[in-house]
Amino acid sequence: MMGRVDDEREAVTESDMPESDMPKSGKNRHDPDENGRFGPYGGRFMPEALIAALDELSTAYDKARLDPEFTGELDRLLREYAGRPSLLTEAPRFAEHAGGATILLKREDLNHTGSHKINNVLGQALLTKRMGKKRVIAETGAGQHGVASATACALLGLECVVYMGEVDTERQALNVARMRLLGAEVIPVRTGSRTLKDAINEALRDWVANVEDSHYLLGTAAGAHPFPVMVRNLHKVIGEEAHQQTLERLGRLPDAVVACVGGGSNAIGVFHGFLDDPNVRLIGIEPGGKGLDSGEHGATLSEGTPGLLHGALSYLLQDEDGQTIEAYSISAGLDYPGVGPEHSWLKDTGRAEYRAATDAEAMEAFQLLSRTEGIIPAIESAHALAGARTLGQELGPDAVILVNLSGRGDKDVDTAARWFGLVSEENLG
Amino acid sequence: MSRLDEVFAKTRAEGRAALIGYLPAGYPTVAESIELLGAMADGGCDVVEVGLPYSDPVMDGPTIQAASVTALDAGFRVRQVFDVVSELARRQVPAVVMTYWNPVHHYGVAAFAKDLAAAGGLGIVTPDLIPDEAADWLAASRDTGMDRIFLVAPSSTEERLALTTSAASGFVYATAVMGVTGARDAVGVDAADLVRRTRAHTELPIGVGLGVRDGAQAATVAGFADAVIVGSAFVAAAERGGVTAVRELASELAEGVRNPA
Repeated sequence: MMGRVDDEREAVTESDMPESDMPKSGKNRHDPDENGRFGPYGGRFMPEALIAALDELSTAYDKARLDPEFTGELDRLLREYAGRPSLLTEAPRFAEHAGGATILLKREDLNHTGSHKINNVLGQALLTKRMGKKRVIAETGAGQHGVASATACALLGLECVVYMGEVDTERQALNVARMRLLGAEVIPVRTGSRTLKDAINEALRDWVANVEDSHYLLGTAAGAHPFPVMVRNLHKVIGEEAHQQTLERLGRLPDAVVACVGGGSNAIGVFHGFLDDPNVRLIGIEPGGKGLDSGEHGATLSEGTPGLLHGALSYLLQDEDGQTIEAYSISAGLDYPGVGPEHSWLKDTGRAEYRAATDAEAMEAFQLLSRTEGIIPAIESAHALAGARTLGQELGPDAVILVNLSGRGDKDVDTAARWFGLVSEENLG
Repeated sequence: MSRLDEVFAKTRAEGRAALIGYLPAGYPTVAESIELLGAMADGGCDVVEVGLPYSDPVMDGPTIQAASVTALDAGFRVRQVFDVVSELARRQVPAVVMTYWNPVHHYGVAAFAKDLAAAGGLGIVTPDLIPDEAADWLAASRDTGMDRIFLVAPSSTEERLALTTSAASGFVYATAVMGVTGARDAVGVDAADLVRRTRAHTELPIGVGLGVRDGAQAATVAGFADAVIVGSAFVAAAERGGVTAVRELASELAEGVRNPA
């Protein structure tokens, strides 16, 4: 998806790259070092049993990303199967409630399977086949990544096992049915907080035992190296398209790019289209749950401290003993106590800013977008919309704000119906 | 010569493998965990591994996960691991700590090593820390004389076996199967092969863990390894019959390591 504009931008940035980082390696100056570190963050805090698989994955990915056969096939699938490029939609009636700023929505909700997750799963599923593996393990919170994984596996003829916290299987029962329809095995996880974090633990346990024939298709830009850089690169297409589309539409870049951050994959994907444009503010919106003071939230970057979870050093919600604290959010896709390591680095360097939106603010934005634009967003994405409203009021009517609408809200109708009291309780499952 | 070296010098002199038993600190309470760990030593364990309960034990199966939850729910705090180790040291029980890395990272690696040494601990087994990421632990362990017990796995390449064994001290922990902890009917055939491959890289004793649950299996593993490591089976015994069951299992396993198959 490298358009003309991107090519020019690359030409500028290449001049300040050290020789070893020149594009012949396919890498750029935003890539982690050879140990998978973004500044101090990232790395591989993993059992030795998985290191060989991580090395195999790194090697396979480094070859694939430069192989026209692989990139050509991925581009074709993104275009002909997932529906890329996704649209850029202006939201003028919503914008009236956002300080009158120009609000542009990057419509990842219109991708096949209804979210940005398809970008990553198509890439990793192709890679699974390339590595000669036949089975895919995935975790899911809201079900978006699980559905996307099940979809890609059905398309490519791979066996698919999805771990999902029991709490989430209840919150997102329809997505469980979707995954099973697509031929995946869904395993409810009953340990710990029975949400996304525990689903990842269980997926890792499966991977240790079955690493020979199985690939762990991690759904976010977190975990041990090379997952953060690989997942980010597979989602970079969001930002690259949005960069070009905004220029074509308005003849200028946005003042700010806003995205929700759970693990942080959609945010890192859209941010990467604008990382080298210093005048574009990058703003991640974390789940504020019942408020940051309540202790019931998932605002890892806003409230956490650096620590280790699922293989990487990154900001983390942890107690005074380094035990992971269970995150909370109304959104099943955001209640994760960790975050991708590159976000930690972007926070520390100040290149990106991170704020929080509460359940109530997100649900208000959820309803507002539905009623003003006829678009029902995922509750995850509604956090970004809530952040954009606040930002629009700060920046005023001259501002242009690009919001990554990472997913659609069909899966959340049940939650919304309860929140707003739209149907009587006995009609809800 | 570290204290673990002395333990292995003794078991080698006796012409047998060492027996290493694992139980989590704080399970079911701190006081009871001390008695259970003590019973393992009374029953014949040469070294005890004191587990540090952690919220996200990805290398552990259901038995140890459940024990960790019990300990944490009972209010276990990280600093209490030093109380447990200190009491075991007072009873002349050689003890190492087995811990996921975040609690140590959060405590401060140098401070943890210092406090463990002060409590009389001998080293740390690190299931999710590889030498590549362990610069601060390598330094802290050298400063404090703590042993660094890294893991090797059937999937480890020759290059990684060389790297890991050269960074390790005390002993090398060989995971018998590709998988998480938990008693199994058969210890993988991979185990003997892994020990053989590891031995080509190091003079250190090699302990085999993951899946051993009874005397017969201990005897089999003792036939090719320098130490037999048992965890989940001890947790199950503690749950089933407390101190008595733990001591009995230790005796059965101790018999096994003295009669290698």
